[in-house]
Amino acid sequence: MNRRYVQAKWQLSEGVLEPTVFELGEIGKGGVVVARVEDELRREVGELDDLIPRDLQRGAIGLPGLTEPEVARHYNHLAQMNYGVDSGPYWLGSCTMKYTPKVAMKLESHPSLRNAHPYAPEETVQGILEVLYELQEMLSSITGLPKFTLQPAAGAHGELVGALIIRKRFLDLGERRDEILIPESAHGSNFASAAMAGFKVVRIPPSEEGTVDMGALKAAISERTAGMMITNPNTLGIFESDILEIADLLHSNGSYLYYDGANLNAIMGWVRLSDMGVDLAHLNIHKTFSAPHGGGGPGAGAVGVIEELADYLPVPVIVREGDTYRLDYDLPKSIGRVRMFHGNIGVLMKAWGYLKLLGSEGVRLSSGIAVLNANYARKRLMDMGFEVPYGKDRPCKHEFVISLSRFRREYGVRALDFAKALMDRGVHPPTMYFPLIVQEAFMMEPTESDSLEELDAYVDAMGELADLAKSDPEELLSAPKNTAIGRIDDSFANKRLWLSWKVYKEREGS
Amino acid sequence: MPMPAEGLIPNASGLATSKMLNYLGIDKLEDLFSDVPSPILMNEPAEIGRPLTQSEVEALYSEKLEKNVSVKLSFMGGGMADHYVPPLVDEIATNQEFYSSYTPYQPEISQGILQTLFEYQSLMAELLGMDVVNASLYDYASALGEAGRFSVRITKRKKILLATTIHPERKAVLKTYMEPLDVQIVEIDREASGEISLDELSAKMDEDVGMVYLETPNFFGVVERKIEDVADMVHSKGALLVVGTDPLLAGIVKPPGELGADVVIGEGQHLGGYMSYGGPSLGIFAVKRSFRHIRQLPGRLIGMTKTVDGKYRGYTMVLQTREQHIRQEEATSNITTNSSLMAVRAAIYLALLGPDGIKSVAEKILYNTEYLKRKLGDLPCFSVLFEDSLHFKEIPVMSEVSWSEVNSWLLRNGILGAFQVSRLFPDVDPTGKLGLLSTTEKHRLADLDIFLGLMREVCS
Repeated sequence: MNRRYVQAKWQLSEGVLEPTVFELGEIGKGGVVVARVEDELRREVGELDDLIPRDLQRGAIGLPGLTEPEVARHYNHLAQMNYGVDSGPYWLGSCTMKYTPKVAMKLESHPSLRNAHPYAPEETVQGILEVLYELQEMLSSITGLPKFTLQPAAGAHGELVGALIIRKRFLDLGERRDEILIPESAHGSNFASAAMAGFKVVRIPPSEEGTVDMGALKAAISERTAGMMITNPNTLGIFESDILEIADLLHSNGSYLYYDGANLNAIMGWVRLSDMGVDLAHLNIHKTFSAPHGGGGPGAGAVGVIEELADYLPVPVIVREGDTYRLDYDLPKSIGRVRMFHGNIGVLMKAWGYLKLLGSEGVRLSSGIAVLNANYARKRLMDMGFEVPYGKDRPCKHEFVISLSRFRREYGVRALDFAKALMDRGVHPPTMYFPLIVQEAFMMEPTESDSLEELDAYVDAMGELADLAKSDPEELLSAPKNTAIGRIDDSFANKRLWLSWKVYKEREGS
Repeated sequence: MPMPAEGLIPNASGLATSKMLNYLGIDKLEDLFSDVPSPILMNEPAEIGRPLTQSEVEALYSEKLEKNVSVKLSFMGGGMADHYVPPLVDEIATNQEFYSSYTPYQPEISQGILQTLFEYQSLMAELLGMDVVNASLYDYASALGEAGRFSVRITKRKKILLATTIHPERKAVLKTYMEPLDVQIVEIDREASGEISLDELSAKMDEDVGMVYLETPNFFGVVERKIEDVADMVHSKGALLVVGTDPLLAGIVKPPGELGADVVIGEGQHLGGYMSYGGPSLGIFAVKRSFRHIRQLPGRLIGMTKTVDGKYRGYTMVLQTREQHIRQEEATSNITTNSSLMAVRAAIYLALLGPDGIKSVAEKILYNTEYLKRKLGDLPCFSVLFEDSLHFKEIPVMSEVSWSEVNSWLLRNGILGAFQVSRLFPDVDPTGKLGLLSTTEKHRLADLDIFLGLMREVCS
């Protein structure tokens, strides 16, 4: 198969694809008036000068003035110069770029949700609370963790909540535990979240198999260890088979095991987190539970905990009393609040719809096929000669990591070049250069949303590029050619720091 | 009969599955989980109920949401209000290229979202009178948490002064974010006008203070009129002034960036977003053009650049070395997934409304606020708190009739009434008499009069 892709490209002037909105309309004048003060209201209230002193009134606003058709075309041009999950395979490892069922997508636009005020009396939002409560119940069943908060706005936000819960717990116990253990291959946010919660990070190096080095772990655990953050399968896509021993080591030391749910799509319906000895975890609603990634967000990062930690959840929590639901603000040990109101509700609704659609068997099937797809793609790549540095003799889970260092060594072609050339072949590149323990890494996560034909097309594209790296490396080094724009100069961007139109205009003029 | 799930999973069909299993030399999916210790490998799926068809999912969801009490008009305040969303915002934001993509790690295939986010940064900077806005944080409150940490990083000082009039939930979030840093948080009282007390600020301002924070409008809807004086006082001691604001206020009142704020934060959900029971939301974080500040920013930043061959203007993520995926525990924040699609919505909203549209919306809110304030103040059983001050969108009303009675009466007439402050924040209002009302551009004069008619009946 030789799949090709040519992205839409709008070029409206020399050297510029789509102009910015600032170049499309007159600055400081015009725009669409969607609401206005009625004459009668103005007569009643008086002139603006009577309300706001002149020197406090807004002067010119430096926004462009456009008409609705101009704005519509501008942003549609931009949309066409972007690639989404519904465009094609999007193997961004650890990001679980799965398809969002459109029926789940639709739930956020129900008028009864859209028009709901977050402080509306609980008796007027029983429907919303019931759906959220049911979502918590389903997440509890899947993870085995009995209590949930749906407030965190993203995975890393959930990590912060988890780390703060551990911190507060030990403060209450009067124990000085200020260290969190994190495997070196972990997602970067784990380190940052632990640090934000005031912990010192202790890194656990990997074993030769790429899993947690048990000797190093034993050496690192001490009376200062508050807990460990782990993702399982890990970022190499390898299941940490020693997980029960890891949990025992921590628990017998009085420490907690935190689970980073970014990779839950590998084991949903196959392994319960509680059975692995997990004490608390965040789940990425926008990864595992199909809510879309929104070009970077919003997501949601539900946090589940064991009973012992339930009193530490952020307030309010949603509780059920008979047939009614209410928000409970009375958790004296709570870590407090991490955001306004109750969470990214519109995002959470999609997870409810997704799980209802799948049902028990469907959840297990989704993870099963995600893992099957990853193993199939990995074996095909290995059969072509691609190097899998860790765990090649055992099944991978939902993702896997290959190293392209041979191509760099032999032909001067880097993982980056492979990524750019993949785009011309109609697929979104994998996560690159991560985890850091693999040279020239490609972290590939197909998800269950790709068909066999899509898997084969992706793998074939990799095969084609491997051949080209030898016969015509320039083809890779000069890629991409078929995207809206050619290779972007990142270092120029970091030198100039044109971070807004205003900054650009002033710097360019100087 | 196939399960509905199979309609979502192309390779769930027997043919594809067996072809792939065959290639792998195994018999069944279970064989791929041989590395999971057998005591914890589940033989049966986790119980979440039987699968539903698409039509059943929709019907069930509607059935549940019908248990909500629907209203025709909302006048409830407290930090969220019912704004008008131009249909073009929904239309564009539901392009799958925007909503189903992720963080633009690969700029060449992601110019669309990159340019749109650059435009968000640029439009928001213009509106707020600032120079640089990040590509979004979660919400207003977490933006305040980040602002606190940002100020400590920049000034290396461990005291924060806070106007006592800020939203209590944001105060709570700030405390959560600052607790591990062992920072002292001191509150500054208000004047009779509801604005920050300059005398008290002056008395408490010293060289240990790293950040002073106030909101305009504040929790009580009061617009701060002396921000420039505050800024002078704060800067004379080498601290940062952080101002929290409703971005729509900047359509009619001089923006914080022109009044001396070093950092401006706020909630962008009001710009093209629905209330949606509180989220998704959009945290705004803006700074001036100081490299020292820009380098310490939390969250993603999009920059304009060129192609490697120099021929085209393009966009990419910049200063990624501040971020968690590179800097790990030394990162400026742990934020990864942010609120990009809400920023896309805000960009479309600002681009569509332009200067005239934004001014017009802000003016309408201001006039509605003033009208309601005067008319409510004339009623015998209500009085407006800080009546002589400038209010925007939120109106603090003391009621002689219990708010639960007033609100039930309004609800029976299809109106969502006041947020009774003591219900959640008894410390802020121990009397139970204070309610927060809000009005937006969605309320026509006729709607205000219907509401006022009902309020008049309460008093009679």
